[in-house]
Amino acid sequence: MPIDILMPALSPTMEEGTLSKWLKKEGDTVTSGDVIAEIETDKATMEVEAVDEGVIGKLLIEAGTENVKVNTPIAVLLQEGESADAMSAEKPAQPEAPKANADTPAATSDAAGGKAREAKDEPASSADSKVPAAPKVDVAADPDIPEGTEMVSTTVREALRDAMAEEMRRDESVFVMGEEVAEYQGAYKVTQGLLQEFGARRVVDTPITEHGFAGVGVGAAMSGLRPIVEFMTFNFAMQAIDQIINSAAKTLYMSGGQMGAPMVFRGPNGAAARVGAQHSQDYAAWYSSIPGLKVVMPYTAADAKGLLKAAIRDPNPVIFLENEILYGQSFDVPKMDDFVLPIGKARIHKTGKDVTIVSFGIGMTYATKAMAELEKDGIDVELIDLRTLRPMDLPTVIESVKKTGRLVTVEEGYPQNSVGTEIATRVMQQAFDYLDAPILTIAGKDVPMPYAANLEKLALPTVGEVVQAVKTVCYK
Amino acid sequence: MAPNKTASASGRKSAAKPARKDFNGGTYAEFDKDQEIKAYRDMLLIRRFEEKAGQLYGMGFIGGFCHLYIGQEAVVVGMQMSLKEGDQVITGYRDHGHMLATGMSARGVMAELTGRRGGYSKGKGGSMHMFSKEKQFYGGHGIVGAQVSLGTGLAFANKYRGNDSVSTAYFGDGAANQGQVYESFNMAQLWKLPIVYVIENNRYAMGTSVSRASAQTDFSQRGASFGIPGFQVDGMDVRAVKAAGDEAVEHCRSGKGPVILEMLTYRYRGHSMSDPAKYRSKDEVQKMRSEHDPIEQVKIRLMDKGWATEEQLKAMDKDVRDIVSDSADFAQSDPEPDTSELYTDILL
Repeated sequence: MPIDILMPALSPTMEEGTLSKWLKKEGDTVTSGDVIAEIETDKATMEVEAVDEGVIGKLLIEAGTENVKVNTPIAVLLQEGESADAMSAEKPAQPEAPKANADTPAATSDAAGGKAREAKDEPASSADSKVPAAPKVDVAADPDIPEGTEMVSTTVREALRDAMAEEMRRDESVFVMGEEVAEYQGAYKVTQGLLQEFGARRVVDTPITEHGFAGVGVGAAMSGLRPIVEFMTFNFAMQAIDQIINSAAKTLYMSGGQMGAPMVFRGPNGAAARVGAQHSQDYAAWYSSIPGLKVVMPYTAADAKGLLKAAIRDPNPVIFLENEILYGQSFDVPKMDDFVLPIGKARIHKTGKDVTIVSFGIGMTYATKAMAELEKDGIDVELIDLRTLRPMDLPTVIESVKKTGRLVTVEEGYPQNSVGTEIATRVMQQAFDYLDAPILTIAGKDVPMPYAANLEKLALPTVGEVVQAVKTVCYK
Repeated sequence: MAPNKTASASGRKSAAKPARKDFNGGTYAEFDKDQEIKAYRDMLLIRRFEEKAGQLYGMGFIGGFCHLYIGQEAVVVGMQMSLKEGDQVITGYRDHGHMLATGMSARGVMAELTGRRGGYSKGKGGSMHMFSKEKQFYGGHGIVGAQVSLGTGLAFANKYRGNDSVSTAYFGDGAANQGQVYESFNMAQLWKLPIVYVIENNRYAMGTSVSRASAQTDFSQRGASFGIPGFQVDGMDVRAVKAAGDEAVEHCRSGKGPVILEMLTYRYRGHSMSDPAKYRSKDEVQKMRSEHDPIEQVKIRLMDKGWATEEQLKAMDKDVRDIVSDSADFAQSDPEPDTSELYTDILL
């Protein structure tokens, strides 16, 4: 029976990729371990190894084809005795090994291989994918962007990189440090190209020692440099949280204003896909409770760029919470020489009159989808993207609630002491008389993130929960 | 540079490493008259300042934690004599001596101890958290070991800027067991950062003696696996400290990377003001005071060599006492910070 070789998933969040190159041609004999093709994901170029032995009967996907979905057959492998003629048009009913080729991805740069924290070889489960890969997302006009500005479709990943590159060109004291930021081009490819442009002095690969290198970053900042400390994910920043809070956030106060830590701590935060409890925590609420920090958590690529540039220029320590799933999504980003957004200002994603939804970061993906569904039911949502969690733009929220009288918050983090409960408290204290219904807070469930696909789906908020909450506060 | 058998940053290990209890085992670089007098006066200032701080604590003017440096004065004074302008200093919570040694004013430090507006941090930092941009003093850190990574960051900045400044990070035998210390050692040697790690081994991490907390009690060798040269130094002899400091600083300044200096020293007082120090004998303390006191050693040399008369020493002592009394008066009369300061200096 000929074997279908399938497009492998090479990262927890990969849903499609480019088949950039075939290294074997039809008629070639392969044995397990042979590299047969190169696949480019949004993060890296990976080699695909054969798992089975046989002869390449047919290449089904041409080299250079983009957006090849995971699990699509890309070639047919003939077993001993089979000939190309024997290949029937009909495909095997069931793919034999959906991730056969992905089991041992020989990363072009080997740092990812075998490193548990990156979990490169877990296929994304397309069934419960939280967002489609890289769709273009339409966003309401931002008053901070001059009308008529040319917009360029950009991924969040590129926007972040562009922000860093622009600021590094502008200011010699800005540098990036972290694990795999330089030669590997970023574990999530966010720092791609920076080493080539700025060199190893300003793009610094560190050992896997978060506590130590975070402290080194803070020390450098105390002496006046402007470090961007990348954490491969914020989960690992728990090792470094003492330096972030006790050293970076408190020094300005403890020194009576003499010195502080002008720096950015950035990296992906929150759940990616199927990486389990230790790699999936959302730290939005934790950091946003600390005086002395600013905390930014963008959703769109434009906000990612404009706010990261602002964060790098900010004289305070800024926690910049990104999201792995959003990295590949494209949004319009204004083509401007120097696009900087104000930290501490929410963006009204869509105006509406019936109910206010407040969200931020990846929470916005649930909110926007819920908003679209609710529109069908005639409920006009005003959606606010907080963008910054500290200082929090509560006036924008209060103004909206005064208009709509109803509020639902949406986030992925744990429900106790969440950003949503904080908003609810403050709105209750400051706009109680305007509320027509109790505030509902949608958050992740009160459990560590499970691995199993069905449980993970249950642990995260859903669009349905947001829709239901909005209907509840609207008494519908 | 003066010959020094105690520590040699140029060699892998010093030939004459004084044993732990043999403080006079090495031959130390001799000081000239001016150096002896400076060392004497600087150490005396710290001693008298700390005695006064202890007194003010007892009177309730100083609150919270107050960790005195009495007994360890030679370490910071000797090291400071090896540094030049632009070199950075950072330390842990037993920091009053370091601040005075860098030239920070006694008034500013004492007023911070009493939580007054004229303190270095406007009264908002306290004993463990003081800084001076002007004197390149980067704190004053209350989390054990944190200053080691931060100090490594200061050294990183020096290298990044391409200047020839050296960072000096002080920490104790207790902090020397913290994980981030080794993360920092690794990066400092990997990147050849200009930093002197000064381990002030005063034998006790709070109440736990070195032998009860440390599997390897030779702290000078704690960087061995990274290839960082390390030396034990008689931290009760200011000349030995200065000699070792000179070599270590020169090693750093010439781009060769970090050096570890283990200063064998002793604190006379408890860990903090509230520590009755029941974990060691009175005899142990008394023996150290009478046989190895860093200030007495200099005093005897000054008199033996005829570089100072009893009267001159008394006059110096009075000068120092005047500075300390003035700082204490200021620290008690200076007003507390304005209540508006509660909400300042949180963000710029």
